[in-house]
Amino acid sequence: MSIGKYEDLNDMQIDVLREVGNIGSGNATTALSSMVGKMIDIEVPRVEVLDFNDAINAVGGPEKVIAGILIRINGDIEGMIMFLFEQNLIALIEETFFGQAPKDIFSLSEAENSALNEMGNIMAGSYVNAIAQLAGMTIDIEVPVMTVDMLGAIMSVPAIEMGEMGDKLLFIDNNMIIDKTSIQSKMLLLPTIDSLDHLLERLGVA
Amino acid sequence: MGQKLIIGISDWKVGRGDDILVTYALGSCIGTCIYDRTTGISGLSHIMLPDSTAIIDGHTTRMKFADTALPDMVERMRAMGANPASMKAKIAGGAVMFQTTNSKFNIGQRNIEAVKETLRKLRIPIIAEDTGLNYGRTMTFWAQSGDVEISSTVMGKKKL
Repeated sequence: MSIGKYEDLNDMQIDVLREVGNIGSGNATTALSSMVGKMIDIEVPRVEVLDFNDAINAVGGPEKVIAGILIRINGDIEGMIMFLFEQNLIALIEETFFGQAPKDIFSLSEAENSALNEMGNIMAGSYVNAIAQLAGMTIDIEVPVMTVDMLGAIMSVPAIEMGEMGDKLLFIDNNMIIDKTSIQSKMLLLPTIDSLDHLLERLGVA
Repeated sequence: MGQKLIIGISDWKVGRGDDILVTYALGSCIGTCIYDRTTGISGLSHIMLPDSTAIIDGHTTRMKFADTALPDMVERMRAMGANPASMKAKIAGGAVMFQTTNSKFNIGQRNIEAVKETLRKLRIPIIAEDTGLNYGRTMTFWAQSGDVEISSTVMGKKKL
């Protein structure tokens, strides 16, 4: 049976999606951790089905300034991966690549932008490969694009693209805690409703 | 004392007098302030998408689309006593938040065009706009005066 709306997901399906998030984020976090040389803990992922405004509040509030790295995914699963990096994680990544933190995160140099996009690329690749293996699917990722701005404006992009047919957004929210508590950032997986059906079917919980 | 009215995504509200209307972090969405200075009745709408006609799904809200949200809001303002002939509009938003090489469609630009077309049909002139480009905007709107302030992380604050 396929689900027509995100709200129709049952508890077992949500548990399975949480596990998908766990496996994906585990891989992505290992990639980040080995790049920046810091311990990274991940919390148990949350599977959220929320209306747009609640979704934005759940990830930090509309005017919070954050770096968003957007990676569209397609193939057997279509949708987006969105990394929401706090300013101190950006500083850490830039330090790793260039030996110093950027002066101003609103005017990153081309090289600094590329470093962040590359980090997003590696993490997104690790994330989707883990899911692809688990579900026996082929998932491709597109080139990452980054912006530093208000969270509400950044989250409006998946809200518009995923939410055209409804008023809710489904995302698997992974909180990363870097260096004990000092740096928190997020990665979100946002599959389209059709892809979600397909994924649940492959995992035997459709 | 006026109230502070917060307008979420896919939402609109009408205030009057000392009320202040705020909508946060417009990305590709559009904030439309409509005011009638003769009565101090003002509305602010935050739409996400241009056109409701392509959407078959019945449970979706009219406040999400330019072509349904704005006429509904103007009708509410009129019912509260505002005079359509003296209404004016200020709009903001419609940014491209992520510069992708293979962007399927520029939703920000389509939103700008749809809001302008809807306001033209409603015969409400747009007297100021801050649209397009690539950054998010918060819109603060004083109901009585029609004054609007745009704030963004990149450009700071400015009057519209």
